[in-house]
Amino acid sequence: MALTKRIIPCIDVDLDEDGDAAVYTGVNFEDLKYTGDPVEMAREYNAAGADEFVFLDITASAEGRATMLDTVSRVADEVFIPLTVGGGIRTREDIKETLRAGADKVSINTAALQNPDLVNEGAAAFGSQCIVISVDARRRYDEAGEHYATVDGESCWFECTIKGGREGTGVDVVSWAREVEDRGAGELFVNSIDADGTKDGYDIPLTAAVCDSVSTPVIASSGCGGPEDMYEVFTEAGADAGLAASIFHFDEYSIREVKEYLDERGVPVRL
Amino acid sequence: MSLSEPPSETLADVLIVDYGLGNLRSARRGLERAGAAVTVTDDPDDFAAADGIVLPGVGAFREGMENAGPYRDALADAVDRGQPVFGICLGMQMLLTTSEEADHAGEGEVEGLDFIPGRNVRFDEGRKVPHMGWNELSVKRDHPLVEGVDGDASSTHRADGTAPRGGSVDGEYAYFVHSYYARPDAESAVVATTDYGVEFPAVVANDAGNVFGTQFHPEKSGETGLRILRNFVEFCAEG
Repeated sequence: MALTKRIIPCIDVDLDEDGDAAVYTGVNFEDLKYTGDPVEMAREYNAAGADEFVFLDITASAEGRATMLDTVSRVADEVFIPLTVGGGIRTREDIKETLRAGADKVSINTAALQNPDLVNEGAAAFGSQCIVISVDARRRYDEAGEHYATVDGESCWFECTIKGGREGTGVDVVSWAREVEDRGAGELFVNSIDADGTKDGYDIPLTAAVCDSVSTPVIASSGCGGPEDMYEVFTEAGADAGLAASIFHFDEYSIREVKEYLDERGVPVRL
Repeated sequence: MSLSEPPSETLADVLIVDYGLGNLRSARRGLERAGAAVTVTDDPDDFAAADGIVLPGVGAFREGMENAGPYRDALADAVDRGQPVFGICLGMQMLLTTSEEADHAGEGEVEGLDFIPGRNVRFDEGRKVPHMGWNELSVKRDHPLVEGVDGDASSTHRADGTAPRGGSVDGEYAYFVHSYYARPDAESAVVATTDYGVEFPAVVANDAGNVFGTQFHPEKSGETGLRILRNFVEFCAEG
């Protein structure tokens, strides 16, 4: 049996009005909806057969940092599977304290684009296995000529964005993926601004373009509406892991159902 | 017995060697869940009193051995006394004689602890390295570490509801992150293997049975991992 494809639930954690950590989930592009307690959800997903767990701090505030680290510790105490923590990690010291709080891996996005040496520093100090580089990719059709991807018959490329897709960086996702791999990233976490929240499936051209360009494992994210989307991203794009939030959070599918669907179709999963 | 809740009693005093590497928090929590009272220490004088010793580890072999160097004699004494010594991931690789890893960095070989004769080698080209993720265990011989729970399908069981083969963790999945793997001199040192294009040892043990290690992270391998940690704690309690 080969290495299995990983199914990863993800929680977005913010501070609630009392200043406590709480999970929020975007629903149909509208406001974030309160979804539950992070520690309780972590415990449930651990028991439900999740292969890993991703915790994203969406507070992006200095005052939330201590609460978030404490919450990470309490989550880490409940999950006996790998835990990745992202959001607000900007320095080597941030990496260190997040790992110390109990994370196995840290996910870095904007800070790596602003300071690519952080990838090298993090990999050298803590090992490539714990440095996950996250990108928020957006399709760009804006220039004449042929690009490396085709979406709906149109040639396009993918740009790394920051601030939730509101700001472009001009950096090409595929070039960036190759660069961070060279710098020592251990895994790539590929989000799609175009697919996010649609539940129409992962961005297959994007995920495939990244998977074809690097040998580092790739976690596909954004757009998952069900098991068939996981199947597509594993078999057509070559992703190593599929991440989803709302389909699991709102009990549309269990992790077990997704894995059984994949297993029946010959995709190796941990059942 | 279910491992989903903390145990009500402590079975054994287990010591984690803090030599400056590794996610000690996870290993500690896993061992506690498995019924151990855990002490994290960097003092070799503590070793003799423990029921079992865990050598954790993440990172590079050279750095690991440099950090673990001061504990070499104390660990050798523990092995000679028959105390259980359990290496996890890099901690397991360090139980062997040497590793190619430093060679690849152009720095020549580094001596391991040499409790299990053999060498750690790098995965060949033709596959993604590191080998990262969940992969299947194939048990090759009996050892207390890989026992299952015969006759008790309610705790460790396969997801399809069937009991593990032979009352062991055979066929279960564990979480790996590594670029090198152990190649012990003696086939008898291989307790379980995993297939990643090449069949490599996932669990190794010495002939006396008190020195062993897992290439995977039991503290990150869900119920299967907790079962293995529980086996270790029970083994410590019996000693």
